[in-house]
Amino acid sequence: MIQGLILPGQDMHLFLLELPQQLVNGLTLGGVYALIAIGYTMVYGILGMLNFAHGEIYMIGGFTGWWVLHLLSRNHQVFMNSAAVIFLMIILAMIVSSFVGVLTERFAYRPLRNAPRINLLLSALGVSIFLRNFVLNYQGAKARTFYVSSLIPKGLQIIHVGPVVISFMRILVIILTFLMMGLLTLMIKRTKAGKAMRATAQDLEMATFLGIDVDRIIVMVFIIGSALGGAAGVLVGLLFTQVDYYVGFQAGLKGFTAAVLGGIGSIPGAMLGGVLLGLCESLAVIFLPSEYKDVVTFVILVIVLIVKPTGLLGEKVPEKV
Amino acid sequence: MEREPVLKFEHIDAYYGSIQVLYDINFEVYAGELVCLLGGNASGKSTTLKTILGVCKVRNGTITLKGERINGKPTKEIIAMGVAIVPENRRIFPKMTVMENLELGAYLRRDKEQVREEIENIFELFPILRKRANQMGVTLSGGEQQMLAMGRALLSRPEILLMDEPSMGLSPLLVNQQFEIIQEVNQRGTTIFMVEQNANMALSIADRGYVLQTGEIVLHDTAQALLENEMMKKAYLGGHEDEEDTGE
Repeated sequence: MIQGLILPGQDMHLFLLELPQQLVNGLTLGGVYALIAIGYTMVYGILGMLNFAHGEIYMIGGFTGWWVLHLLSRNHQVFMNSAAVIFLMIILAMIVSSFVGVLTERFAYRPLRNAPRINLLLSALGVSIFLRNFVLNYQGAKARTFYVSSLIPKGLQIIHVGPVVISFMRILVIILTFLMMGLLTLMIKRTKAGKAMRATAQDLEMATFLGIDVDRIIVMVFIIGSALGGAAGVLVGLLFTQVDYYVGFQAGLKGFTAAVLGGIGSIPGAMLGGVLLGLCESLAVIFLPSEYKDVVTFVILVIVLIVKPTGLLGEKVPEKV
Repeated sequence: MEREPVLKFEHIDAYYGSIQVLYDINFEVYAGELVCLLGGNASGKSTTLKTILGVCKVRNGTITLKGERINGKPTKEIIAMGVAIVPENRRIFPKMTVMENLELGAYLRRDKEQVREEIENIFELFPILRKRANQMGVTLSGGEQQMLAMGRALLSRPEILLMDEPSMGLSPLLVNQQFEIIQEVNQRGTTIFMVEQNANMALSIADRGYVLQTGEIVLHDTAQALLENEMMKKAYLGGHEDEEDTGE
């Protein structure tokens, strides 16, 4: 018997009490997972490869955010407008992460464009190990702490809505993640570049035959995916106040699971998969001790792979009609 | 007639690795013409198209588009110079709407207003596409997909339109319709270079034809003359129609 396990019916009112709280937690977590998953799914959609280095891109975003916060505070107190600090943390993390993402594509993936997929995959693993150890070498193994309390005015840090306790950071994270997802959706659906991206993902060679500069599209995909991953790194730092050189591994697995759950290659799928995964993890915590959170993730991954390998929104398009 | 050809092959040799697939290919296509390249499987027809598009590298010789050398240039530059293709199996974007597929045909153009007008023209030429404008490409029938691929290619306003096996995968009835459309588009002023196995159909609408056999051009003449050529009758036109490739 797992200690702390609540059996259904045993304590129904506890469940109902916890439900709204865990929904909020789930949405926060889910938004972050979705941002990470988008990077996996966009790269997979065009290059057909799993970018194992994506977790590290997220980690580098987290570190960038930490450095910005660190440089803009003295004795754990920020000396600038907090909104401006948070904005700078996120923007700079997005810039640094996309820069690393583009370098990765240019030097580790592009030379292997015509090589077998397995070579690309191994190259991605190599980049992942390299980046992780690069950060370990220069930042050390010690976790860095985000001193966020000075970022938010005292009265605003925790908001009570009935029985639900919501920290300001959670609200911020939910708003920002869903805002970014909304903007990305608009961009992909409406703009010329977005249409070119979808076309390239569906038939790369045909896209070339229409004059689409596929190399530029691939760079754009890495910029967008990495920027969102970097932003996720900062948001998680703000929420859980810690970052170290190894956080990319776990986050990468979660993002990957979310992408597979939604249907890898599908951007709406990645968003849906991320939010669902976050909700599942948080709701499971009502019944299970919180250490089992990750077990839930991977049980979901295994079930999806067995029952519906194409994911919720993924579908196989016949290559030739 | 000393006109400058739109497309000209001079002494083209092409290889896949160490295997030579094209031997000293020479031909030209003049503005407004409909020229077809005929040949069986593995004769080098598709390779010829790939050399135009810069996908297959040429070892010797020159390909010129309106007098400018194009072999050695990257595909995107060749496309930008005015080459469009209706590829084998059409390859429309399955998870994009008909409208989006058409818009992508005009990807390199900046004159939005003009493009909108031309999309209207495409809808007049193929009324069924207007009805399907907001449907995903994957929901179209083979014939509709062929129209869409044609419309998409025309929207780039090509100097020359390449067509790769337009009869492939279409029912015999649709093949007839398809070739009528090609003829119509050609008569409206588009220069077309078509690669096709179905020699009878192709020659019935073409101005001139070249016959490719294991990488060499063995015959070229006006379409009418080719239809009456004894060797052609024996090798390609046959007493009976070979429906093998069109019966799907």
